[in-house]
Amino acid sequence: MRTLPALCLLLVGIAAQAETPQRIGETYAAEAAGRQAGFTPSAQRGETLFRQRFGNNDKMPACTSCHTDSPLSAGQHVVTGKAIRPLAVAANGQRFSDPAKVEKWFGRNCKEVMARDCTPAEKADFVAYMNEVR
Amino acid sequence: MKRIAITPLLLATALPALADRVPLPANAPPAYQAECGACHMAFQPALLSANDWRRTMAGLKDHFGTDATVDGPAGQEIGSFLERNAGNAGKLGSAGEPPRISQTARFVRKHREIPAKYWKDPRIKSAANCEACHRGAADGNYSEHDIVIRELRR
Repeated sequence: MRTLPALCLLLVGIAAQAETPQRIGETYAAEAAGRQAGFTPSAQRGETLFRQRFGNNDKMPACTSCHTDSPLSAGQHVVTGKAIRPLAVAANGQRFSDPAKVEKWFGRNCKEVMARDCTPAEKADFVAYMNEVR
Repeated sequence: MKRIAITPLLLATALPALADRVPLPANAPPAYQAECGACHMAFQPALLSANDWRRTMAGLKDHFGTDATVDGPAGQEIGSFLERNAGNAGKLGSAGEPPRISQTARFVRKHREIPAKYWKDPRIKSAANCEACHRGAADGNYSEHDIVIRELRR
């Protein structure tokens, strides 16, 4: 039953067109708290996740393969060479403002790099890091 | 008299420019840019034949090693946009399997003077990275006079 309010929050979040990075982080945190009582997002865990090498994909072992070691810097797609704007909210105000887009890219990139979906807790931590990094 | 002298000059400058212009149709659905233009440039539909676009869209689950699936109405919309505006299969030539713009006879012919080392250059990385050399590629400008890499400019 605890998941119900979290699920409602998530759906409300996804239904909205434009959101703030804080709200998007809160939505994931609420979903994570529904699975794990007392969960609070951690930017530090988010950074660890960002830098972790997974070794599932030779070309893209980590987030940093395309997004560089600094989320404040512009990146480059490691295969196609296409420029990627910074992930950090401080460097790119458009990041984490569209819940559907955020979900889509977690979906694609977690599978690509980690060979599995990210958990709501990982997403909440990741968004917290991207929100806070300066 | 003056007019006669100007006309060939105009033609001589206009024709190559026209040949190297491949604009993205104005009615491109926003989903095309959002879904396809995120990992690589939103390639102009005229760069591949309708049949090759159909095969590309049917194989998005393993799109050059990446799951690039586009579900539902957006996928349909993108597919029909690409096929409607596709290039002439006869002029493009075979694109191989899986279809690659960079393997069409037209692409190969246009790039035959590029030394192999440039395709590996970190500034270029991949033949899919049109904008590394053609700064106006996203706007459909592939003129060989407007190449970013100085030593390849003509």
